[in-house]
Amino acid sequence: MDLFLFLTFALIAVGCAMNLLAQRHPISSALSLIGVMVSLAVIYLLLGAEFIAAVQVIVYAGAIMVLFVFVIMLLNAGEEARTRRSLLVRLFGIPLFAVFLTLTGYAVYLAFADEPAVKFGAFVGTTEALGQSLFREYLLPFEVTSVLILVAILGAVVLARKEVR
Amino acid sequence: MILLAVVKTLVVAVALLLTLLYIQWVERKVIAHIQRRWGPHRTGPHGLLQPLADAIKLLTKEDLTPPHANKFLFVLAPFLAVTLALLSIAVIPFGNEVEIFGVRTPLQLTDLNIGVLFVFAVTSLGVYGIVLGAWASNNKYALLGGLRSAAQMISYELSLSLGVVGALLLAGSLSLGQIVESQAGYYWGWIPRWSVFQGPWPQAVGLLVYLTSAFAETNRVPFDLPEAETELVAGFHTEYSSMKFAMFFMAEYANMITVSCLATVLFFGGWHAPLPPDGPIRFAPAAALALAAGMLFYHAGGAARGKQRLSMHLFGAIAAAAAAAFLTPAARALLSPLFWFFLKTGFLLFVYIWVRGTLPRFRYDQLMHFGWKRLFPLGVANVLATGLMIALFG
Repeated sequence: MDLFLFLTFALIAVGCAMNLLAQRHPISSALSLIGVMVSLAVIYLLLGAEFIAAVQVIVYAGAIMVLFVFVIMLLNAGEEARTRRSLLVRLFGIPLFAVFLTLTGYAVYLAFADEPAVKFGAFVGTTEALGQSLFREYLLPFEVTSVLILVAILGAVVLARKEVR
Repeated sequence: MILLAVVKTLVVAVALLLTLLYIQWVERKVIAHIQRRWGPHRTGPHGLLQPLADAIKLLTKEDLTPPHANKFLFVLAPFLAVTLALLSIAVIPFGNEVEIFGVRTPLQLTDLNIGVLFVFAVTSLGVYGIVLGAWASNNKYALLGGLRSAAQMISYELSLSLGVVGALLLAGSLSLGQIVESQAGYYWGWIPRWSVFQGPWPQAVGLLVYLTSAFAETNRVPFDLPEAETELVAGFHTEYSSMKFAMFFMAEYANMITVSCLATVLFFGGWHAPLPPDGPIRFAPAAALALAAGMLFYHAGGAARGKQRLSMHLFGAIAAAAAAAFLTPAARALLSPLFWFFLKTGFLLFVYIWVRGTLPRFRYDQLMHFGWKRLFPLGVANVLATGLMIALFG
């Protein structure tokens, strides 16, 4: 059952990701990205990381992607025109992609071949366990990240602010 | 096991759909009485068949799809809205564990460890129904409504979550069943340990922040800018007709019910009675129903129309039978938690309707100003205060 669900949602995720590239309209691409986010959340859930799964849906699918869709709608972005691809791309595009895929796959295989396979549901992803490790073991990285995000927000405000004479 | 789950799902689904059907009747009646009108009064006794008439009207209307609309998204959007709106009822606990015909079961479809987050995840996705429907309509008023909806959702979702955090800190769990359990008991035997009253830091401010943002999240007055009919024709559902319009309508009311249930569970102790349940309060449901029966019989005597005289006697008899049922100990143990839960949720739904009959709509800049500069800091302050008080005295 776990394997069946994993395969289903992994396929949906990959399918949505490819659809994202294939679609010509930004809204359709954004929708495909939402599909990727939600299927990733299901995979987290299969691993037992329930909190991460919920946060994935709330933050990525429910907030960030709404913002994406908002901006696309606000700018009223239309369908993209298909350009004629350059000779280089047409000749070497697919072979180079295949080489890249093989190399990445081989690197991943080299790195993780000896590791035992992931067991579904084995990961301790309860909210409590996550909170404990976040605020005990990884307190410094957590705080540094939050300061980093604060700096980014301040930067955005400064950039967006109109000059007052 | 599977049979039990199927039966429970069916019961909850039918009850939810019936509530959806009749809450608009209640809303029209209450609004009408606030404005000193009668409201629906012709279709059946006191207009009680009005929802059915509306449903038939909506089903038989012509289903239009505007030209140049994105067909796929135009059809998908209302389905998305209504499915996601109905989904979150699955984790709401309506009562304690009960035994019916020898089967022990909690009155809840499923108790997730992350129940609260599940509800938030599902409601945060619900906005796509509105936004995509608005965009796919290819109508500028609909698009403006969708844009407003997206901006409003993002702004008020933060306050909504912050309003809840205080209650979660007090409960120490994300599972809705355990949150209700943590609010059991009474201070000095008469003040319930609900989150709104619970020490060390009662969540009155949290409740205020949560309810206000919940109004915005469900696009209700005074935050109904996405469908502001004086500015945007009908907002995001301008181009929708027939069943698809009805779905958006259902989604809005289902969301209202969800946030009211969640407020009951998080702040008002779920199905716990307001006073110790073995005290005199155990006769309150029977007394309330008996009072309703008495009033119905009294007014049936003076009703002007013969048709209504019959129906009021009928409803009076039903209320009296229910009151008698609450007097038997077995039925009382089974039904009292449900009674308190539905009373609290019903009151919150009434507040929704009351506010709609009372307040005018915000202006768009006021909406953003209020959300980000008032509600959000208030929510953060409440979280900080709750955390501090729990660390010091908890």
